Amino acid sequence: MLNAIVKPVDPNMYRYDEFDAQFVNERVEQFAGQVARRLSGELTEDQFKPLRLMNGLYLQLHAYMLRIAVPYGTLSSKQMRRLAHIARTYDKDFGHFTTRTNLQFNWIKLVDVPQILRELAEVEMHCIQTSGNCVRNVTADQFAGATDEEIEDPRPLAEIIRQWSSLHPEFVFLARKFKIAVGACERDRAAMQYHDMAVQIVKNAQGRVGYKVLAGGGMGRTPYIAHVMSEFVEREDILAYLEAVLRVYNQDSRRDNIHKQRIKILINTVGPEEMRRRVAREFDELKRMGTLQLPREELDRITAYFAPPAFETGLPDTIPEAGKDFADWVQTNIHKHRAAGYAIATITLKTPGQVPGDATSAQMDVIADLMDQFSVGEVRVTHEQNLVLPHVRKKDLPAIYAKLKELDFAAPNAGLITDIIACPGLDYCDLANARSIPIAQRIAKKFENLDRQHDIGELKIKISGCINACGHHHAGHIGILGVDKKGVEFYQLQLGGSGAEDASIGDIMGPGFTEHEIADAVERVVNVYLKTRTPGERFLDTYRRIGMAPFKDAAYEKEAA
Amino acid sequence: MLTANRLRDGDVLYRKGDGWVPMLADGDVYADAASADAALAAATAELTRNTFVAPYLFEVREVGGKIIPVKEREIIRAAGPTVHPHTGKQAGQVNA
Repeated sequence: MLNAIVKPVDPNMYRYDEFDAQFVNERVEQFAGQVARRLSGELTEDQFKPLRLMNGLYLQLHAYMLRIAVPYGTLSSKQMRRLAHIARTYDKDFGHFTTRTNLQFNWIKLVDVPQILRELAEVEMHCIQTSGNCVRNVTADQFAGATDEEIEDPRPLAEIIRQWSSLHPEFVFLARKFKIAVGACERDRAAMQYHDMAVQIVKNAQGRVGYKVLAGGGMGRTPYIAHVMSEFVEREDILAYLEAVLRVYNQDSRRDNIHKQRIKILINTVGPEEMRRRVAREFDELKRMGTLQLPREELDRITAYFAPPAFETGLPDTIPEAGKDFADWVQTNIHKHRAAGYAIATITLKTPGQVPGDATSAQMDVIADLMDQFSVGEVRVTHEQNLVLPHVRKKDLPAIYAKLKELDFAAPNAGLITDIIACPGLDYCDLANARSIPIAQRIAKKFENLDRQHDIGELKIKISGCINACGHHHAGHIGILGVDKKGVEFYQLQLGGSGAEDASIGDIMGPGFTEHEIADAVERVVNVYLKTRTPGERFLDTYRRIGMAPFKDAAYEKEAA
Repeated sequence: MLTANRLRDGDVLYRKGDGWVPMLADGDVYADAASADAALAAATAELTRNTFVAPYLFEVREVGGKIIPVKEREIIRAAGPTVHPHTGKQAGQVNA
């Protein structure tokens, strides 16, 4: 804990109104009743399973796992402290931030879940939209409201989408899960083109703000980059348009084959042009009915919750000197803020050797203190399994860095080769074929030399323990997919993927490597890049220029790398 | 061998006789498919007692006098996460 007692700060974020609170509390008590009925035998497991999944409760490899929603990645310090409390009280003292910007606890007891949900509801949290064939927790750019790159803060729209989609009667039982991301600038930090649907806030030729809508992206067994459904949807029409897309998906998607049930399959079967035609037809009908307009006053009401904090003026706009380690951290983990004297600070939960995305209750508590003391009580969870302090004074950065060093969360590696995404993999997940986390740890340790990392520059490694791709391996500059061969783990390499604005799907290299070979194979691939790159080229640029062959030869040691 | 999860806390269980034990080393090893299938059928019939869920069979082999699962998945399930050796059965954490 910080030495001084830190007074909790209420950040500018959505707060439950009476309806929200009642809805969540009723949902908690409904599930408490369902748990009691399951324990008494009144409900069978077959009857109970869909009910627990609708409340974010999975049965994993070792125990139940509870997935808690962090809508558009925004957390208050009060919520962070409550997560720490749950980790301490009901789990094994740590939690895991996921690629869906949620938080998972891996050792939850069914009998404790009703009380956990009650304690979450007290701080306006829940586990709704974290599982099942529904619209899932909406994600957003983690720099929302803080970056000068955006047209406007995308979180009000994300919140409106959350409210519209929560328990939407038409979309409670979709063919499969449906993931939506929202962004507001050309830089894509939310992997928007890999989502079932994405909304980008844009300006049209007349300078009017509206929404570009994409659909049909996805990872998993059959990866696709999303198609543009509409280049510009007027503000008041956005819910009608999103509803039109979902309606077409709900009506026309296949339900007979689990591998063909996502919207990406529908769109790429009928073709994007036909999908746009079907959506336009539904949209016209919804418009004619006029029942799903987004009134300006409602948008303004929600937007007011996310008003920018009262930034201090007259602050020094330079970052203090505080040694080489601090300068290294600033170089990679600090991003330009919209307000003079402020910065955006990324806390990578990726010190080489750590489990990507894990935080202990003590670390969560200290981060909550940092949020209150230095970042108006707010933090963001990123899909890259990091945290972001969105509004920090530049003059406070050395103090923040010093505290992060104590936490072992001060790795200067945001966006570098050791900032690896890894799904829980076979260490926890019931679906996984291979472990992901130990591979991430091994690669991170191999590349932990900071000068080497900085020399390599931006290089995103993403690791999944199965084809479901929770570790986003398709979008990795270097992607790694764990597979099972007769009970033994193997790892396939993919190169050239990107989840950013230059989205692409990685190319599969060839046969897999053993768990003992894969880190060395990655190193040989990286060495090809270092030898071959031209000035200013990232790994991804070099791969796109020279193609797979030289990397493949090196990885399989057909040629000395 | 036959495994399941305890309903109330999700803890991993192994079949021994007509009951369950928390450690793989204490569980029954079925010598042939017929006895394994019979154990699974008996456990499936007991699901209505609502004390455990999701029973299934998995393969093991004997190595140096110890019973080891054939698949990595079951090795990890029996011990705990390889990345958190302070958790799971490998750390002696067995729910009462």
